[in-house]
Amino acid sequence: MQLTNRKKELDRKPMNFWERLYLPAILKGMAITFSHIFKKNPTINYPEEKRPFSAVFRGVQILNRDEEGRERCTACGLCAVACPAEAITMEAAERQSGEEHLYREEKYAAKYEINMLRCIFCGLCEEACPKDAIYLTQTFAKANYARKGFIYDKDDLLIPNPVTDPEGYNKAKGKIGKEIK
Amino acid sequence: MVLLQIDWFIFFEKLILIGAIITLAMVVAMYSTYAERKIAAVLQDRTGPNRAGPFGILQPMADGLKLFMKEEIIPTFSSKSLFIMGPMLAMITALLTSAVIPWGTAIDVAGRIVPLQVADVNIGILYVFGVISVGVYGIMIGGWASNNKFSLIAAIRGASQMISYELAMGLSLIAVLMISGSLQMSVIVDQQVQHGWNIVYQPLGFLIFFICALAECNRTPFDLPEAENELNFGYHQEYSSMKLGFYLFAEYINMFMSGVVMATLFFGGYDIPFVDEAALGNAWWVGLLSFSVLMVKSILFVFIFMWIRWTIPRFRYDQLMNLGWKKLLPLALANMIITAVVVLLLNK
Repeated sequence: MQLTNRKKELDRKPMNFWERLYLPAILKGMAITFSHIFKKNPTINYPEEKRPFSAVFRGVQILNRDEEGRERCTACGLCAVACPAEAITMEAAERQSGEEHLYREEKYAAKYEINMLRCIFCGLCEEACPKDAIYLTQTFAKANYARKGFIYDKDDLLIPNPVTDPEGYNKAKGKIGKEIK
Repeated sequence: MVLLQIDWFIFFEKLILIGAIITLAMVVAMYSTYAERKIAAVLQDRTGPNRAGPFGILQPMADGLKLFMKEEIIPTFSSKSLFIMGPMLAMITALLTSAVIPWGTAIDVAGRIVPLQVADVNIGILYVFGVISVGVYGIMIGGWASNNKFSLIAAIRGASQMISYELAMGLSLIAVLMISGSLQMSVIVDQQVQHGWNIVYQPLGFLIFFICALAECNRTPFDLPEAENELNFGYHQEYSSMKLGFYLFAEYINMFMSGVVMATLFFGGYDIPFVDEAALGNAWWVGLLSFSVLMVKSILFVFIFMWIRWTIPRFRYDQLMNLGWKKLLPLALANMIITAVVVLLLNK
């Protein structure tokens, strides 16, 4: 049965004089390599140029804030439970009076860490979150010299405050909420 | 009484010329390394070096600096003096070839006719061959002194390959010499300027010469002495720092020089096609123009060398010997005899 139409019958005939000269074949090969001079190369010069990601690209997580700049995360732990790689740890704390502008609800995450060496960027944390607090963005984890640097804490994960830094907020948020529901 | 009368003008003229030619060879070799990488990249749909300077133009400088900065390692088991002599010999012989090449038409400097040639010896081409043969010693000594089996195998391969291909090369050249009737490089070029390029009379001779030149320069498909995947780098495996740099450099200088020799012997040397240089006189710009014509021709050869390298895979050792002894040598002999007969009949 023929699976593809690329099958070629092998020719076992002894080569004729023209073929044994090899020079025509070499010239043919050189013509092929020469033709590649005029081909566009597919290189993306990485730091200057970046490959466009697909709309559903799953990159590094961010911890989201609401419109008033309050953290949405309530440290319920559902993301940590959902995480198949067990990359997420957190410690919950109770919101004190006077902290209402910082945290949206009475309970918040005092410590929130994602181990980027464990994370498989599956997006289950995003699906599990009932508070819209964690999202996967269009960026990826930067290279680092030490393992320690790959454990992202709240400083690395929290999105910039939309009230004080709207530009940074929009940049970090990227396409979330616009093209992606 | 003046016992020793030295023409100081000639002394300085030659000194400047030697300096200029060596600088030229070095610069061309430097940028050959860049060109090799760039051409390889372009032929393989890649970008090539583009970080050092615009379009990576400073890459050779960066490479040279890197090689100078590297630690110099001399293996304890090697014989030290020979180990140092290897790259020296390779470099010296690579540069020596340039001495007899006529680089351009003679120019007029303050009323004196200065030929753009260091030494117009009457056995010019024989001298070139002599120097090329000595070039084997650079590889041989380097491979031997490394005290490493891979290096030794590479050195033996290199030596036997060069000796095998020198025969066919010499024979194909004899046909050229019969046409021009002289071993003197300037005469060979003059003869081509007057009667047309040798490539017209000796296409087969040129093909043989070209293939042998590839083999002499240890270029693909004849790069067995430095076969990366079987001998891991061959004869310069134990070399580091600028000693390695010298070997690599010498290879590129050899390549450039063989391009120049081929242009001189078969493509009219500095002859500008369809232009009569003799009518233009000895102005400096004519010299410069003819020199640049020679450069264009030889750099074209360097490009073809690289183009071949990134197209054809390496020969197996027995294939190499078969091609050299059973194909090229009889072909060169036949070419020589036919040329001899034709020259004899036409002269009668």
